[in-house]
Amino acid sequence: MKKNKYLQKNKELDEIIDDEKAALYRTGKMKWGGRAACGFHRIEINDLSVKSGNTVILDKVSLSIYCGKLTVIIGKNGGGKSTLIKSILGERAYDGSIVFRDIKNNTVSRLKVGYVPQKLDLEPNMPLSVYDMAAGYISRIPVFLRKDKNLYDRIKTRLEMFDAGNLIDKRVCDLSGGELQRVLLTIACTPVPNLLLLDEPVSGIDKNGRELFYKILADLKKSYDLSIILVSHDLDLMAQYADDVVLVDKTVTAKGTPEEVMASEAFKQTFLVNSLKG
Amino acid sequence: MGFLDYAFMKNALVAILLITPMFGIMGTMVVNNRMAFFSDALGHSAFTGMAIGLLLGISDKDLSMVIFAIVFAILLNYIKYKNVASADTVISVFSSLSVAVGLAILSRNGNFSKYSVMLVGDILNVTVTDIVKLALALTATIVVWIFCYNGLSGIGINKSIAKSKGIPVILYENIFACLVAIVVMLTVRMAGILIINALLILPAAAARNISGNAREYHLFSCVGSIFSGLTGLILSFYLDVAAGPMIAIVASVLFFLTFAVREVGRK
Repeated sequence: MKKNKYLQKNKELDEIIDDEKAALYRTGKMKWGGRAACGFHRIEINDLSVKSGNTVILDKVSLSIYCGKLTVIIGKNGGGKSTLIKSILGERAYDGSIVFRDIKNNTVSRLKVGYVPQKLDLEPNMPLSVYDMAAGYISRIPVFLRKDKNLYDRIKTRLEMFDAGNLIDKRVCDLSGGELQRVLLTIACTPVPNLLLLDEPVSGIDKNGRELFYKILADLKKSYDLSIILVSHDLDLMAQYADDVVLVDKTVTAKGTPEEVMASEAFKQTFLVNSLKG
Repeated sequence: MGFLDYAFMKNALVAILLITPMFGIMGTMVVNNRMAFFSDALGHSAFTGMAIGLLLGISDKDLSMVIFAIVFAILLNYIKYKNVASADTVISVFSSLSVAVGLAILSRNGNFSKYSVMLVGDILNVTVTDIVKLALALTATIVVWIFCYNGLSGIGINKSIAKSKGIPVILYENIFACLVAIVVMLTVRMAGILIINALLILPAAAARNISGNAREYHLFSCVGSIFSGLTGLILSFYLDVAAGPMIAIVASVLFFLTFAVREVGRK
């Protein structure tokens, strides 16, 4: 049973990567191959509420997120953004439902989530290479025992797509903020999830790093059948790259295109008042 | 006479050759996943396991100690998941309580001195049964490592990523806690309650200074652990001191040597 699962997992990885390689060779110019977004997949969050004791942290949040879109969630600190992410990840108990639906056939399937955290809390001087970290998360070949040549090549190919191929033998603790985020993004996208969840991924990264990161996300969105949710403080880049913006303050106080949200009363109240105070 | 002319030294040598690689392997994860305090607390709970065995009239003290430690570890994890206090605090509470209960029972009628050998450990009283138990524990450690290492490492790096990749976080954490419990209880009589954590942590800490990936880390940690064990045992024989502390001293020297190597290498 266990062995079958192991084989299956690796086979899945093989197929994805071969598919991509094939597409690369076929077109010659496309950076990534893969199944592009169909527009029929939707993640529905219905009346999601979270309480901590008697305090209501999230109150009836309802959202639909379509594949092929980059949805940015903004809001002030303590407004429930992190709790929303934890609920989607299944780490926090909630009322309501989160459903992954194919609206073409109206079928529901299990949601595969790829997660990129804000940062890792590694011990300093940790003897862990990028290969170790990636192989540990995506395969069952014991990382401490040997370096598997095939797996190494596959991970390297994968990292190259995210501009991180040269990092494979570096120690994770020696990476810069931007490099680490690209590595974590590679891991989150191998195998390709239905939903990519990014938690303030660009905080503490310089401007060039941030722009590169958003460009990669834009490519990713075009090339794969997945939805992206990004939690961010970065309003400028949000305006440039987001398809949809959701303002969360206990509940959804505004949603729509970046322009629509930025013109809303709720947005002004949350950010303009804050910046005047600050 | 050479030290191998004594039968008890031969047993001690075999025991060291089984214990040290086990500590070398397990120490890597204990250090990576910040569990040094946890393993220390488990070591201290040895008194209680022994005391409970005494009260219940269980003749095999290893059995009562291992069972108590497993209950201790799983209960501790359970309360940790409830998020009522930081992990440090929860461990402190458990550790203090179990040490107190153990000491209270063992010190009845002023008998504690009988058990004080547990504090420094005694590697020279190893029996063939002990050696069989250690061999089984080493096998269990290797099996757990082959099946769970990737997952455990992933949990240590970031629990949320681990969860999103389908790693059963709570199950793996409990398996590892039980493994630490078993290994610590089977070796604490030989290594000593006061020293055991040093033997578990030091080789891994030394290996970190000079390793660039997981394979080097495990290799150096095991080699350093076995080297400290053998050197410590031989020195303890000729200097007539307890083996546990001697091994810990050699391992500490290794730590500072590798630290120096790293500092020089950086320049």
